[in-house]
Amino acid sequence: MSTSGITDSALHNDSALHTALALVIDMDPALVDIVTLSLRVSLSAVLAAALIGLPLGAALALWRLPGRGVVIVALNALMGLPPVVAGLGVYLLLSRAGPLGELGLLFTPSAMIIAQVVLVLPIIAALARQLVEELWGEYREQLSSFGLSRARAIPTLLWDARFGLITVVLAGFGRASAEVGAVLIVGGNIDGVTRVMTTAIALETSKGNLPLALGLGIVLLSLVALINGAAYIIGETARRRLG
Amino acid sequence: MSDMSMAIGIEAPPAGLAMESVSFDHRGQALLHDVTLTLSGAGKTLIMGPNGAGKSLLMRLAHGLLQPSRGQIRWPNGQPRQAMVFQRPVLLRRSALANLTYTLKINGEPRAKRRAKAMEALQRFGLAALAKRPARVLSGGEQQRLALARAWLIGPEVLFLDEPTAALDPAAIKAVEDAIEDFHRRGTRIVMTSHDLHQARRLADEVIFLCSGRLVEHSKAETFFSAPCTAEAQAFVKGELVW
Amino acid sequence: MRYRILSLAALGLIGSTLTTAALAQDDAPFITLASTTSTEQSGLFESILPKFKEDSGIDVRVVAVGTGQAFEIARRGDADSLLVHDTNGEKRFVDEGYGSERQNVMYNDFVILGPDSDPAGVRGSKDIEQALTRIAEAEEPFASRGDDSGTNRAELRLWDAADIEPSGEWYRELGSGMGPTLNTAAGMDAYVMSDRATWVAFQNPQNLDIVFEGDEALFNQYGSILISEERFPDLKHDLAEQWHNWLTSDEGQEAIADYSLDGQQLFFPNADDS
Repeated sequence: MSTSGITDSALHNDSALHTALALVIDMDPALVDIVTLSLRVSLSAVLAAALIGLPLGAALALWRLPGRGVVIVALNALMGLPPVVAGLGVYLLLSRAGPLGELGLLFTPSAMIIAQVVLVLPIIAALARQLVEELWGEYREQLSSFGLSRARAIPTLLWDARFGLITVVLAGFGRASAEVGAVLIVGGNIDGVTRVMTTAIALETSKGNLPLALGLGIVLLSLVALINGAAYIIGETARRRLG
Repeated sequence: MSDMSMAIGIEAPPAGLAMESVSFDHRGQALLHDVTLTLSGAGKTLIMGPNGAGKSLLMRLAHGLLQPSRGQIRWPNGQPRQAMVFQRPVLLRRSALANLTYTLKINGEPRAKRRAKAMEALQRFGLAALAKRPARVLSGGEQQRLALARAWLIGPEVLFLDEPTAALDPAAIKAVEDAIEDFHRRGTRIVMTSHDLHQARRLADEVIFLCSGRLVEHSKAETFFSAPCTAEAQAFVKGELVW
Repeated sequence: MRYRILSLAALGLIGSTLTTAALAQDDAPFITLASTTSTEQSGLFESILPKFKEDSGIDVRVVAVGTGQAFEIARRGDADSLLVHDTNGEKRFVDEGYGSERQNVMYNDFVILGPDSDPAGVRGSKDIEQALTRIAEAEEPFASRGDDSGTNRAELRLWDAADIEPSGEWYRELGSGMGPTLNTAAGMDAYVMSDRATWVAFQNPQNLDIVFEGDEALFNQYGSILISEERFPDLKHDLAEQWHNWLTSDEGQEAIADYSLDGQQLFFPNADDS
């Protein structure tokens, strides 16, 4: 149940690629745990961020409320929020001494999900706003002619912007699965509890086990590529069928 | 939602529209000046005039897509059910069939009946074979027929059409004009813009002639085409350039 | 339509991962231990925690950070127990009322590493003062953790004792953990101070080798601290006390002594000399 326990056979390989292959072929249980947790945390975070961010982005696109400009600039700026800062903020929030300390979430996967939502939400909301605003320009008269209120137009707009939004959500997933700073601080990189791919890579690097670190990196990259590839194929097929 | 009677025609009292001293400004420019008119009866009204005369604007005000800067727009017999067909049809990024079931859905049609009604409308407009095709890869004529089928399902008492044939070839124009006659036979009040004199002669019961944002003439079609009252209208009917 | 079903299925799938995520929490009792990177990275915990679990049924979740950060985590009430290596800091922690008891657990020692060619001629120094003086006078690169960790604090005390104010281009504060600091030092052929455990477990030494060891001043004491129940009533004090007592018990001390890497014992139990 630990990265240092990951396949002793892998340790004897010098090349990172060999290590990566050995890791995958052996289906090392420790690695499987880490990969499962990584996916669980990042997918949950992206799902939550999409459930909040897509309607939020659409609302920003449709309503010219006072303060809208400030929110848009803030979201755009937050797209570049350093993960460490997000992690620190969530840490202070969830710490026993912090406002949400009662929940006892610090150093759990839930804390990692929260931190990644903070990182991913601005990306999804800001990019969704842009896409929905463009589509609204095109659909506005037609939907108004149907007598749809703006609120009722949101699901239609989100659905019709779906191909672009898939890319947006994937960008969010990329950020979530690649970051290490936030999950390290709020998760604590606890062996078997909060150790994910990126924190395992950081740990192996600091142990000087560079081939294993790089091998884990290759496994992570392949996973992300796999998910992106699947989304691409689904998106392209749908696009071809539905225009 | 009221019953969308398709077979029995529409038996509402003639939908009357009253515009009183309606003006519309945009960025300090007056695009429509002081228009007063009433539409009544069950005929087909053609709004005519040179480019930039304010034809589309007048129609959008009547349909409620825009609010007048000054003046009043009222429906003395109550707000009728309306639909609008645009010069470039705005179709959703879904199949032809799904575009129609969507319209039924937002109009509160029970799910179980949507498909059959939509198929019937596709049939009526000669689109049954294209039901599964993405709406946005259809040809211009097919797209406009789909937009008409969509309007058909709304069962409008008033149908607005904004240059619906401007970008179409003769066969497609014929199909659209036939569809307009179908609507008319069903009892739908037709309000349509066109700058095509021949089309106007074929379709119009009455003509509203606009020039530079002013209502110049509002008369029966025979009168307008045989003996226009104003110099601008005379020139326009003769096919001279007017602005 | 098919796509709507497909995406609903995808949503459902993700949703179910979420719920299992919530349900899959381990039921075994556990404590959160804030400790140092050296204990984690040397593999000590991996060796002794299963033995503790066998004896007590308690999981120990280790958050391995620098000693400074470990104190900070404990001060905010985010750890049930502390195992660190900065005796002065530990005593202050207890004096300030955050901890209720401190016990010696084990020790190892620090070593001075440097490039095999030893350009400052540190090998053969009679004591640590002389070793550090030679590095400073030669102005050969020295990589310091610079992260307020236990190792960093010990290193600064040693410079102080040698009456040297380390500064200048040769003295490089990295602000990193032990592992990253070793990686960097190896990369730039710098001298560096490390605890022996991390060094022995480290797998990217390149040209680095031990150039000085054995001075009593390089002694590296680890202590376990019980967090004050008065100050943090919500923590798992009962479980933490079992851990604290086990570490200093015969079983715990034996488990520590039993751990070795490459035939080298890395930590030496000394709970008796508290």
